[in-house]
Amino acid sequence: MSAGLAIDAALALVLPVLAWAVVATPDLRKAIVLFMALGLVAALAWARLAAPDIALVEAAIGTGVTGALLMSCVPWAESLTPASRRARADLALAGALAVVACLGWAIRALPEAGPGLTPAVLGALEVSGVEHPVTAVLLNYRSYDTLLEIVVLVAAAIGIDAVLPDDDARRRLAPPARSLVGVLSHLLVPGAVLVAGFLVWKGAHAPGGAFQAGAVLAAGGILLLFARRLRPVPFAARALRGALLAGPLLFLGVAVAPLVRGGRLLELPVAWAGVLILAIETVLVVTIAIVLLMFFPARVLASSRAPAATVEDPP
Amino acid sequence: MSAWQLYALSGLAWFGVGMWGLFAHAHWVRKILAVNVAGSGLFLVLAALARRATTPAPDPVPHALVLTGIVVGISATALALSVARRLAEVEATARLDEDATHEPAAPPAGADARAGGDAAPPPAGGGAPP
Amino acid sequence: MTALELVAGALLCAGAAFFLAGTVGLLRFPDVYTRLHALTKADNLGLGLIVAGLALDAGSVAEALQLGIIWSLVMVSSSLSCQLVARAARRAGVAPWRRR
Repeated sequence: MSAGLAIDAALALVLPVLAWAVVATPDLRKAIVLFMALGLVAALAWARLAAPDIALVEAAIGTGVTGALLMSCVPWAESLTPASRRARADLALAGALAVVACLGWAIRALPEAGPGLTPAVLGALEVSGVEHPVTAVLLNYRSYDTLLEIVVLVAAAIGIDAVLPDDDARRRLAPPARSLVGVLSHLLVPGAVLVAGFLVWKGAHAPGGAFQAGAVLAAGGILLLFARRLRPVPFAARALRGALLAGPLLFLGVAVAPLVRGGRLLELPVAWAGVLILAIETVLVVTIAIVLLMFFPARVLASSRAPAATVEDPP
Repeated sequence: MSAWQLYALSGLAWFGVGMWGLFAHAHWVRKILAVNVAGSGLFLVLAALARRATTPAPDPVPHALVLTGIVVGISATALALSVARRLAEVEATARLDEDATHEPAAPPAGADARAGGDAAPPPAGGGAPP
Repeated sequence: MTALELVAGALLCAGAAFFLAGTVGLLRFPDVYTRLHALTKADNLGLGLIVAGLALDAGSVAEALQLGIIWSLVMVSSSLSCQLVARAARRAGVAPWRRR
C-alpha cells in the first residue's frame, strides 16, 4: 500500500514538472518531444487511477496523433515570427493563478464523496446492450455526447480542408522497391487493421472501443503517409466523402429511428442495443481514422520536406 | 492524503502550467501546445475525481467525459494548427518583397527583432479549450 | 514464492536493466543514429524480457499469447519508426558521428 502511494506521489510530482518543461523549453522540437514523453508518463497515472480506457485513448490520440500533428508543423512553425505583441510574464502568471484558483474552488465545492453515478450506471447495464460501463455511457446513456463529438470531428476535417486545401495531390510516392521500410510497413499495416478490429469487438465487455480502434487504424495510415507510401486522398473524392459521412449518418439514423415508432431520441431498443452499438462503432472506426488522416493535409512546403532543403514559396 | 487528492492536486498544477504557457507565449504553435498541456492536466483532475467514488470501481461517467474531451481536443488542435499555418503562409507571401533572401528557420526566440509591421495577432490557440 | 515467480521476477528485472541501458544511451550517445541504435536494440530486447516475465505470470495461455503479439507489434513499429527517423536525419544532412 505504501509502495503504491510512493509511486502515486512520484507521478504526481513528475507530471507538473514535465508539463513545465514542455511549456518552458525554448526549442519547439524539444518541447514537442517532451510533450509526448509527458503523455506516456501520464499513461502510468491513468493506470494507477484504474482508467485503462483513458490510458489507451490519451496515449494513442492525445499523445501519438497530436504529437505527430505538432511535429509535422515544425518546418513552417520554426520560421514563424511571433506576433509583435509581447506577452507580459507577470500578467500571464496572474491569469494562470486566477484560472487555477477557480478550478480549485470548483473541486472543493463538490459534494462530499459518495457512490457517484456508478450505481446508476451499473443498475442499467443489463439493458444497455454492452457489459463495459464506459462503453455503455459513451454509446447508450450519454450517446448524444458521442454523436456530437463525431460531428465536431467531421466539422474540423471540413474546416481544415477549407483553410488549407491540398495542393500536393500529385506528390510522388516512394518507389515500390523492397526496402526495409516497405517490408516493415507491409507487416505493420495489416497488424494495425487487425488490432483495430480486435479493439472494437473487445469494447463491448472490456476497455476498448471505436476511438481506440480508429486511432490505431489512423496510426497505420499516418505511418504510410510519412513513409510516402500513401497518397493523401483528395477531399473531392466521392468514396472519401461517403466513408467520412457513413459514421455520422448511421449514428443519426439510429438516433432518429425511435421517433418514428413513438419512442424518444437516441433510445436503443433493448433487444437490439448490442448489435446496434457494434454496428455504429464499426462504422465510426472508419470515419475516425479518415478524419485523423485528414488532419495531415498534403501541402507543398509541408512536413514531407526536410527543414534544410531549399525553401519554396507557395504559388 | 488519499491518492485521488494527490492526483487532483497534481492535475491542478499541471493545468496551471499549461494555462501559463497559453498566456505567456506569443508563438501560435506554442500556444496550441500549451492548450494541449492544460487539457491533459484537466483530464487528470477529472480522472482523479472519478476515483473519489466510494464504490470499488471508479465512476465511469467522468471517464467517458474525458474520452469525449480528448477527441474534441485533437479536433480543435488540428483546426487551430491549420489556421495558424494559413496565417503563416499569408504572412510569408506578404513579406516576400521586403526580404527576398528569406533566411530559413531562424529560432523563434531570436526572431523577435524582425517582427513585421503587419501584425494581426489573433490568438489562434485560444479558440476552444477542451 | 514459487520457482516460476522467481524466474518471472528475474526476467522483469533483466528487462528493466535493458531499458535503463537504452535510456542512458539515449542521453549519452553523441548523435541521432547512435541514439536510435541504443533505443531500438535495448528497448526491443528489454520489452521482450518483460513480456516473457509477464507471460510466465499470466493466468492463461491466451493472455500470454496476447503479450507476445504486443511484443511483435512493438518490434515492427519501432524498427519502422527508427528507419524513418534515420532516413529523415540523413536527408536533412545530419552527418554520422566520428571519433575525433
